[in-house]
Amino acid sequence: MVNPISFDQLTEEEKYQHFIERIEAGEKIEADDWMPADYRMTLIKLISMHGISEIMGALPEKEWVPKAPSLRRKLGIMAKVQDEMGHGQLLLRVVEDLMKPLGKSRENIIQDLLSGDLKFHNVFHMEAKTWGDAGLIGWLVDGAAIITQTNMLDASYGPYARALKRICAEEVFHAQHGEAIIMALAEGTDEQKAMIQDSINRWWEALLMFFGPGDASTTGTSKQDTTIKYKIRTKTNEELRQDFFTKYIPRVLSLGLKLPDETMHFDQESGMWQYQQPDWSKFKQIIKNNGPKSKDRLRLREISYSNNKWVIDALSAKA
Amino acid sequence: MRYALEDAMKNEAYRDAAVELLFQLADDDFILAYRGSEWLGLAPHIEEDVAFSSISQDTMGHAAMFYQLLHELGAGDPDELAHARPASDRKNAILLEKVNGPGTYLTEPHYDWAFAVVRNYFYAQAKKVKIESLKNSSYQPLAEAAVKVNMELYYHLLHWKTWFSQLVSAGGEATTRMETAMETAFGDLDGLFSLGQKGAEMVKHNLIESEDDLRKRWVQAMSPVVASLDINMPEKFGMKSGNGRDGVHSSDLQSALDTLGEVYNFDPAASW
Ligand SMILES: [Fe+2]
Ligand SMILES: [Fe+2]
Repeated sequence: MVNPISFDQLTEEEKYQHFIERIEAGEKIEADDWMPADYRMTLIKLISMHGISEIMGALPEKEWVPKAPSLRRKLGIMAKVQDEMGHGQLLLRVVEDLMKPLGKSRENIIQDLLSGDLKFHNVFHMEAKTWGDAGLIGWLVDGAAIITQTNMLDASYGPYARALKRICAEEVFHAQHGEAIIMALAEGTDEQKAMIQDSINRWWEALLMFFGPGDASTTGTSKQDTTIKYKIRTKTNEELRQDFFTKYIPRVLSLGLKLPDETMHFDQESGMWQYQQPDWSKFKQIIKNNGPKSKDRLRLREISYSNNKWVIDALSAKA
Repeated sequence: MRYALEDAMKNEAYRDAAVELLFQLADDDFILAYRGSEWLGLAPHIEEDVAFSSISQDTMGHAAMFYQLLHELGAGDPDELAHARPASDRKNAILLEKVNGPGTYLTEPHYDWAFAVVRNYFYAQAKKVKIESLKNSSYQPLAEAAVKVNMELYYHLLHWKTWFSQLVSAGGEATTRMETAMETAFGDLDGLFSLGQKGAEMVKHNLIESEDDLRKRWVQAMSPVVASLDINMPEKFGMKSGNGRDGVHSSDLQSALDTLGEVYNFDPAASW
């Protein structure tokens, strides 16, 4: 029999129970559905960080777009960076809907980025010094992104899950694009081979940090428990990092590259990769916008924002 | 008569004229796509970043297509043509090589969106006029390429025309900035229509129509826009910075070539 009491008449607690039952049953929550404030806030934080990281993440590779060494590579990397901006756009739209009831908009997201309140992913604070780095970003950073994003493909929030589906499909091409650059270098001259070893040495620590600390003990807080509870993700940071190792360590070695960590090995007993922890105090500094390129990249967004203000003013005056 | 590749290779004067024209087309698209790629991440909003980038990719793709046609005509390897030729060999119009604004794309890029819109709009319209003419080119491979380019060009033109109309008619600062940008563009606009020293040969061989015809068609295509937006279009356009078709270029081109060829020139023999 249909419940004669309408949803509006339920107590907050009953609504919460109903919500939990829905996500437990694998149902998707949509933008206009009732959701606990905590869930909404968790999503806003997660997806705005993801979205803005796509946009900030376009910047290190963008540095190499005009310099790409052939017409084919120029076209490939242009398309890749464009995709990343497109991912940012798609995700910001998802956040905009979530923020609407709070009276906030995209403008707030950009302001929060510039003020430092909204963090972007630690990996995009690093320097992309060489063309090898441009290849490595596509290959391993996008490779890592595929692993974290695949982990959320079945997220309880429908609009995010659907956006991720589109994004993941494109990420596969990005990883192939990166791998093709790396393969060409690996099969190239001695200098080209040295270029990729140098890239992997420099990016190693950032790649370990990519998945975040194993637990809250390293940085004080961790969102992973909340996101797992709400069925936004399933695996922990450490599980994802291990998946990444399992997928990429053999590939790195097969290219004749050396791992920058001599202690690294697969421990049969625990079924886990053993490795040297990165310096997590550095991680804390990086995400506070004190990384090697944090200020420069934020400066680019700031310039774009202030230089184009007259354009936005002109458009809104017309609207 | 229509020339296939084999026919062109048998007629030296014809081949030379076709090569010259293709260099102009390829270099124009290549340098403007490069300037567009410098804008990545810096456009007025994210949606525009995506759209502009898509246009720059198309344009780079067109350049690649023209370099490929040059390669077939024995001019050399496409990547080498794009990355390794000195400024004095480049045939692009000077308007297209000018920097996007003060700063570099890496440091303090204080780029000018008004100039971007005006340059891209004027260029897209000029390219449209040329491509229409090239659809009837005597050189068969070029006529076929023109058909492909034309489809994408339709969207480029629409895109820039929309921006142009919106900003010119916005009033206040936007209109002033657009007027300044137009003045710069008109001052070097003739460089776009110039066919260079071999122009007469190109026309004689029916590779493309004359500069005058192309310019006239451009003015005609622009006239409804000019009238509705009340734009002060000069009677005559200029070539203040010189004629790029003759290999005359500004230092802006040299610094662009240094950047775009940086990795390539690290080892031109290597495969990247
Ligand atoms: Fe992405
Ligand atoms: Fe990606």
